[in-house]
Amino acid sequence: MITLSHFIVLGAVLFCIAVASLFINRKNVIVLLMSIELMLLAVNINFVAFSRFHGDPAGQVFVFFILTVAAAETAIGLAILVLLFRNRSTINIAQIDSMKG
Amino acid sequence: MIDPQLFQLICFYAFGAVTVGAALGVISLRNTVHAVLSLVLTFFSTACIWLLAEAEFLAIALIVVYVGAVMVLFLFVVMMLDIEQEKVREGFIRYLPVGIIVALIMLGEMVALIGVRAMHAQTMGENPATAMGVSNTEWLGNALYTQFLLPFEIAALILTVGVVAAVALTLRHRGGARHQSASQQVSVNPRDRVRLVKMATEYPASVQPAPAQPSAGDQETKP
Repeated sequence: MITLSHFIVLGAVLFCIAVASLFINRKNVIVLLMSIELMLLAVNINFVAFSRFHGDPAGQVFVFFILTVAAAETAIGLAILVLLFRNRSTINIAQIDSMKG
Repeated sequence: MIDPQLFQLICFYAFGAVTVGAALGVISLRNTVHAVLSLVLTFFSTACIWLLAEAEFLAIALIVVYVGAVMVLFLFVVMMLDIEQEKVREGFIRYLPVGIIVALIMLGEMVALIGVRAMHAQTMGENPATAMGVSNTEWLGNALYTQFLLPFEIAALILTVGVVAAVALTLRHRGGARHQSASQQVSVNPRDRVRLVKMATEYPASVQPAPAQPSAGDQETKP
């Protein structure tokens, strides 16, 4: 039968895949945004699992808020991406260095 | 007849395998459109896993809001931008070993740190919502609209700010383009556009007017 550890391990595996993506797709901003989505999804799986196993609605309410904030973040991130592509004609992170940070 | 709990476990493993496989596709597929579609599959199978955890409202919300709105926005942007695939992919093979090593070490540490063995004893008990005699949506709504009312309102504010910011970032005024300005159209004064002119009545040359008029040629005409 399903135990709490099943959900936790699934969340951990998804999170690690997203972290690996940060290393191997370091040129493509779109894939980086998508790996952030994957990380948030992994966290959400943990929240849902703990909420269900401890019988507390706060966990699922928190998932609701994470979905809200992630949607706003995605919209602004994609808007910045469109603006960047319009001005520089590239989404390669290595070439986006005009701020000399 | 198969045991329902065993069936649940089989479903969990099936959906979990699809989730992990699709997530691997997200980070490794060459075509970005395929990667976004793979992310849609990841979200969909995660929603199925949430259904197994009896979080029905969030599972449906994930599909409707995330797959229906956010992922379509992603697809829209990806298809709109004209990206050179090869340029963006450079360094993929070079950093692949580093990524895999870091991910595996992190996974090992996480699994060891959070004590998976201890959690393995914790089985899924009775659904807390059905224990109270309500549905999952009602259970969630009771908490959301009483205990978390202020955060709920703030979440609405965050979404509004996000929309305004996204529009303000991408809006641009092109020089030389002709378009209507509604505020100028509304605030125009009718006196600037139409001029009413008083003038004497004009007659055709064949019809002689009353004897008071000297001749037809003297009539004042206005454009």
